[in-house]
Amino acid sequence: MSPETSPTIVKTLDYTGSERLTMNMGPQHPSAHGVFRAILTLEGEKVVAVDAVIGYLHRCHEKLSETLTYAQYPSIASKTDYVAAMTSELAYVSAAERLAKIDVPKRAQYLRVLVAELQRVASHCLWLGTWCMDMGGALGGGATVFLYCIRERELVLDLFESLTGARLLYGFHQVGGVRYDMPEGWAGECRKTVDLIEQRLLEYEGLLESNAFFQMRTRGVGVISRELAEDVGIGGPLLRASGVAFDLRRAQPYSSYEDFDFKVPVETAGDCYARYQVRMVEFRESIKIVRQVLDGLPEGPISSRPGLKSVAQVRVPKGEMYTRVEGPRGEVGCYLIGDGGAKPYRMKWRGASFSNLAVLPYIIPGHQVADVVAIMGSVDPVFGEVDR
Amino acid sequence: MTGLHPALVGLIASSVLLGALLGLVAYVTLLERKFAARLQSRIGPYRVGPHGLLQPIADGVKLLLKEDLVPADADRTIFNLAPLVFLVPCLLIFATIPFAPGLGVADLNIGVLFFLAVSSMEIVGLFMAGWSSNNKYALLSAMRAVNQVISYDLPLIMAALVPVILAGSLQLSAIADAQQGLWFVFYPVLGQLGFLAYIVASVAAENRVPFDILEAESELVAGFRVEYSGMKFAFIQLAEYAHVMGTSFLGALLFLGAWSGPGPLWLGPLWFLLKALGVFLLITWIRWSFIRVRVDQILQISWKLLLPATLLLVMATAITVVMRIP
Repeated sequence: MSPETSPTIVKTLDYTGSERLTMNMGPQHPSAHGVFRAILTLEGEKVVAVDAVIGYLHRCHEKLSETLTYAQYPSIASKTDYVAAMTSELAYVSAAERLAKIDVPKRAQYLRVLVAELQRVASHCLWLGTWCMDMGGALGGGATVFLYCIRERELVLDLFESLTGARLLYGFHQVGGVRYDMPEGWAGECRKTVDLIEQRLLEYEGLLESNAFFQMRTRGVGVISRELAEDVGIGGPLLRASGVAFDLRRAQPYSSYEDFDFKVPVETAGDCYARYQVRMVEFRESIKIVRQVLDGLPEGPISSRPGLKSVAQVRVPKGEMYTRVEGPRGEVGCYLIGDGGAKPYRMKWRGASFSNLAVLPYIIPGHQVADVVAIMGSVDPVFGEVDR
Repeated sequence: MTGLHPALVGLIASSVLLGALLGLVAYVTLLERKFAARLQSRIGPYRVGPHGLLQPIADGVKLLLKEDLVPADADRTIFNLAPLVFLVPCLLIFATIPFAPGLGVADLNIGVLFFLAVSSMEIVGLFMAGWSSNNKYALLSAMRAVNQVISYDLPLIMAALVPVILAGSLQLSAIADAQQGLWFVFYPVLGQLGFLAYIVASVAAENRVPFDILEAESELVAGFRVEYSGMKFAFIQLAEYAHVMGTSFLGALLFLGAWSGPGPLWLGPLWFLLKALGVFLLITWIRWSFIRVRVDQILQISWKLLLPATLLLVMATAITVVMRIP
């Protein structure tokens, strides 16, 4: 790593005779996005260094997985990234399936794609809302965008509720397929919802893109160069906004993603605005995929696994497996070691937010205090996934 | 009122005004909340009283009953004094506003000047609050306050000078009288530009979104008032809303013809109030639609754009008036 791209570490700064101020942002802070702590060193309004502290939400998730069977864990897996719960469920069950060489019926694969894309829409809704609230204030225009976005996210959550019975943590996936099929009339509701959201996207764009203040706050702010992006190992929309055309759905198709036609948006500017643009296109591409799934949904069973009499019946042979899926925030990986029993020997998550957060100390120094929250919001971290 | 001592009349008048003002300001918060709720597809306060009409009273009682905390390291005297220092100028600005011909506490012959001078005094209270809290967020906010209020009071004065020049007087009642034929906002080009500049500058001088960098709760939590609670917090809120209402009244007076409107003369104050609320809602609409601008950008907007533009506008107005007279 070249010296220019290495982060300024607070401890190496010289405080003697300077007008520097150390300010603590978080873990209890309106724009901490959960429990993130950034110790900023300021020179007036300018940030000269940042120390990022994580770990406030650690709850031994990976250790917990060793005590739960392959049938039980998927519904807990959703608690890592609780904003996009479907993604981590999918990562976990595909790791177990590939290790146990279990085939997944085509219909189940399509249903998995369907919920994954709906989840991406819901997650991006929350990102846009919270990001604008970070920049615009809970007592200003930002809150307006936030409430609009939450309104649309609710529609998707309603769909999930009628599909799985839950609104946040679904337990939709199981090893071998999915647990629920679409109820009657659900497909029509789903089409209506995505149509509505697609229309509302135009409203958001009208509200934000033609707004000079929004442009001022996001253009040229928090630029991540292509080299930095690759060095640090960020993923998802952040990576694509820095000019790297990498999307696991395209690069390493899983769950029949090769059947669908979608675009992988790439921007080269690498600033907050580029990340916004990438995510806005992803909204639409996800909606496109949802429609394709609904059009081409094959008939058949939704799970290759016979009904269980006991939660310990799913057994996975001895071995190791790493699977990764493209979550709304980037690559979500699950590393699983099976020992032939009903519970994994060891499990490790690769959280997309965790990897993305690592870029903050490189890009924040040199910006103003106000930019810190704009950059944080554009990275879109979810702390359940960072700390696990 | 012939038998009363003039000082007593003044005292009664100002007490009545103060009482009406505090009631108005309390209900303006409800108006804003309802308005913002509609913008955001919500309902807003609904539980306390019919349509939430008793909400401001409930808020007041709640704030009164809250514990009054003073941080251990705060400068106690200044900390306790700051909300008052902030509140007084914000209420004092109403003294000069005539609500109908002859209905005002003090119709000074330098009304506009007094209004603008006193309203910019609020910066003292702001800075005292930010400094004495001994909190880094509050300190940064106080620094921003000085920057911003000074930068935006100048364009505000320039924008207010447009109607002053058009009317040829600094006295508020004279400016209102000059608009009985044509409201200054309808004055070709100059009026509209002046009004626009006035709204932008007043949003900034009132520290509201998109220029609310003092409060900036996503960065500075609550800025200069982060350590305040209970009644002192209520004072700060009250002062802020009083300032907004004051500026709205001034805007309605300078550009929207004050009490002129259809109907008998006694409807005048009502028209004035409606116009002021209109200006207030315009400012509120801006507040709930834009995202916040950064500190350096705010200063740039002021010094590089708004101030030169308003200066030109004042010169253009002066030239127009001089050309018009003969």
